[in-house]
Amino acid sequence: MTLSSQPADDAKPLVSLKSITKRFPGIVANDSISIDFFPGEVHVLLGENGAGKSTLVSMLSGLQQPSEGSIMVDGTEMPIASPQKALALGIGTVFQHSMLVPSLTLTDNVNLGGAWWKTPDREAIATRMEETARSIGVEVNPTAITSSLSLGEQQQAEIVRALMRGSRFLILDEATAMLTPKDAEKLGQLMRRLVAQGLAVIFITHKLNEAVAYGDRISVLRLGRKVGALGPDELKSLGPEAATKEIIRLMFGSNGNQAAVTAKADGAMRPRINGAGTGAAPVLEILALEVDDDSVPVSGIELKIGAGEIVGIAGIDGNGQKQLAEALAGQRPVKNGRIYLDGQPIEDLPIGARRHRGLRYVTDDRLGEGTVGAFPVSINLLLKQIGEAPFWRSGIEQGGAIADNARKQVKDYDIRTPDIETPAGKLSGGNIQKLLLARELTGSARAVIFAKPTYGLDLNNIAASRRRIREAADGGKAVIVLSTELDELIELSDRIAVMSQGRIVGIVENDGDARQKIGEFMSGVAA
Amino acid sequence: MSVEVQDPSANSQAAAKSDIIVRRRLLSDRLQLIALSLGPLVAAILVASLILIAMGVDPVAYYTYIVNRGLLSPSGIEATLTRMGPLLLIAAGLIVAFRAGIWNLGGDAQFLLGAVVVAALAPVLTAYMPVWLVLIVTLIVGAIIGALWSLVPALLRARQGVNEIITTMMMSFLGISLSNVLVKIFFLDPATNVPQTRTLPVEDRLPRLFDTTISSGVLIGLVAILVVHYVMAKTAFGLKLRIVGANAKAAVHAGLSVSALTIGVFAISAGFSGLSGAIAVLGQYGNVRADWNPAYTLTIVPLVFLARFNGFATIAYVFLFSVLSIGSESAARRLGVPNYFTLVTMAILLILLGITEMLDQKRRESRRT
Repeated sequence: MTLSSQPADDAKPLVSLKSITKRFPGIVANDSISIDFFPGEVHVLLGENGAGKSTLVSMLSGLQQPSEGSIMVDGTEMPIASPQKALALGIGTVFQHSMLVPSLTLTDNVNLGGAWWKTPDREAIATRMEETARSIGVEVNPTAITSSLSLGEQQQAEIVRALMRGSRFLILDEATAMLTPKDAEKLGQLMRRLVAQGLAVIFITHKLNEAVAYGDRISVLRLGRKVGALGPDELKSLGPEAATKEIIRLMFGSNGNQAAVTAKADGAMRPRINGAGTGAAPVLEILALEVDDDSVPVSGIELKIGAGEIVGIAGIDGNGQKQLAEALAGQRPVKNGRIYLDGQPIEDLPIGARRHRGLRYVTDDRLGEGTVGAFPVSINLLLKQIGEAPFWRSGIEQGGAIADNARKQVKDYDIRTPDIETPAGKLSGGNIQKLLLARELTGSARAVIFAKPTYGLDLNNIAASRRRIREAADGGKAVIVLSTELDELIELSDRIAVMSQGRIVGIVENDGDARQKIGEFMSGVAA
Repeated sequence: MSVEVQDPSANSQAAAKSDIIVRRRLLSDRLQLIALSLGPLVAAILVASLILIAMGVDPVAYYTYIVNRGLLSPSGIEATLTRMGPLLLIAAGLIVAFRAGIWNLGGDAQFLLGAVVVAALAPVLTAYMPVWLVLIVTLIVGAIIGALWSLVPALLRARQGVNEIITTMMMSFLGISLSNVLVKIFFLDPATNVPQTRTLPVEDRLPRLFDTTISSGVLIGLVAILVVHYVMAKTAFGLKLRIVGANAKAAVHAGLSVSALTIGVFAISAGFSGLSGAIAVLGQYGNVRADWNPAYTLTIVPLVFLARFNGFATIAYVFLFSVLSIGSESAARRLGVPNYFTLVTMAILLILLGITEMLDQKRRESRRT
């Protein structure tokens, strides 16, 4: 499982995770993770959204407690019961979003958490702040109002504040996500200076290039498990390019637990039923689609999906997949371009009308928008058909028809629920997904969009969800699968499009060397 | 084979057993619910009694007096039931809004403007129409005026996502002042020295029930609450509103037009407040005096919360409140306890119910683990 070598010297880890497991209702966020963090090293935790990085951080910073396993600090077992305890142990965390109060000066921000009955000695704090900043080679202006600073400057101030509180173990959670490339580079250099002073830095990111550029040691997380690690020696001997390739293999490769799920027996690839080249009119056609978004605008999307075809959309999370799916489903306005369903334009139709034409969207935000957690399973199964016969007549609820429908769906889709009246929010993640699949796949579906269909599910439910997707295509529907799991796409798709920064940067036929080509598109080599 | 034969009967036995268990649980749940509702009520009266003792008033005498005056005397119960009409209508409007997750707190102005316009309009219309038609027209006008006063907050919320708590309260200040302006300047009754609208003759008001002084407004209020309860629980429209209230993102995902529903909710909720104002004038007061503002909405808000937005429980709490407030109006004159003491009792009740719920939740959590 681990590729890491022992560090060159006999350095003792500052903090060790021993078989840490963290469970949430319906989901295992961290599965038996063991990692050692050494002083004087930038340790990169690399992984997709949902890989379990944030959960790990929240346990280290005392916000949450592990379900199993233990955390060792300086070689002794030490439960981190609260954020105060974490600070007292010298564990400081800088979160992705600034935790400074925007309307206060930096000095006052540093003083937050100090004794409330004392007047803060602002001058002494400012002096100490400047000294600390100088010692790590950054400049801060302690009297500046926080909101007047750039995000990069605010982050530097947060790091300085963490050091002033005696941190020797600094966690930077997605610290570069909000920064400009230039500020991100400055932060990288700052990390190098910090470890040169003997601190341990944990740097959490999903950007490969940053991991390779600033990390001494890299641990790769995937679906809550640690799937591999690269120690300092390996990183050095491999060189940046080979290291990047190795990390891609770890992040998306088939050596993880996915192998168990992949249906090897019936071949890694689906047999083509009705390829795009047969000349039949496509069921779903997307032309020059543009979607507005503050962070990731989507543009230039061109896709044709035939009946019975599965097109996978690969890409690192947050490259416009969600925006694309929502625009197709009608939840987000289309800025430009066309969407045809069975030859009819649908881009101006509201959500309900698109559904009536046969467009279905299985969202990945199952609890946030897919279901109303407090409402019964029976109603959630009909959430998109409210007011329709036979479940409502003249607007009046028909309890019998609703219950019949629910019982049938629960049976057909094997939704494990104590009762059809059970609130949907009480079900496990896998059963909520089955509920969504039941709702979206029944009736006269023509084209189905699956967003991260197996995200957060256990092995059985992953297999069940993938079977449903294949069945949908075999039933003649046009299928789009958006996923960050490359194995999943290779197992399911006929063709795979790669999305990066809101654009489709390449489309590959799913043949023998698709994995290689997709990897190149993803890391920008072939772009 | 034999196994297959035995299985169904074993299953049905097990099913029957679990059925009994479920029923028992339902029964004990209901008993618990009653205990959870009545316990705090008793406790609230006890705490309020302590305050009365501190004020030098005999609590037993006070509450006996209130029950006698608000509930047991014929004129008291008639006044109580009459007062319930407008209160129930306001509660109906609040239930719709709160269930849809919209905090319309501007009911006082919606009520007053409805009342003022109806008070001005009704005496004029009686010259041209039969009484029954005047009543129908003015009730509708009252509802429309109330709904119109919610238009600005509704549009701001639906289009711009502006928090309606602030906007409805601001519109309430404006509306209360505007209704005063209307009474003092435009709708002033020239025949009296008191600044008020013309008084509607008793025979032109809402009919009284049987041979009593109870206004039929209470029936309209009861019907409104029951209709709202049914619509919210059993119709597609009510379900859509509840989805918007429970999870607005899911409502968007399911293709519901959240902004149209939002505007609809404001119109219904404020419409009920306006209707309530109309009923207060047509059934009870007959005119509107300047600076009159009973501020019903803000006293009904906690009651609707106490009832957890349930129609039947709301009727019960509104009845209780009406008894207390009618009784305490007499008690104010007789025992020197200010009218506002009703609010003290109600506030204590609300706080105690909150504490009970918190304790209950903790108990359930500890039982689960």
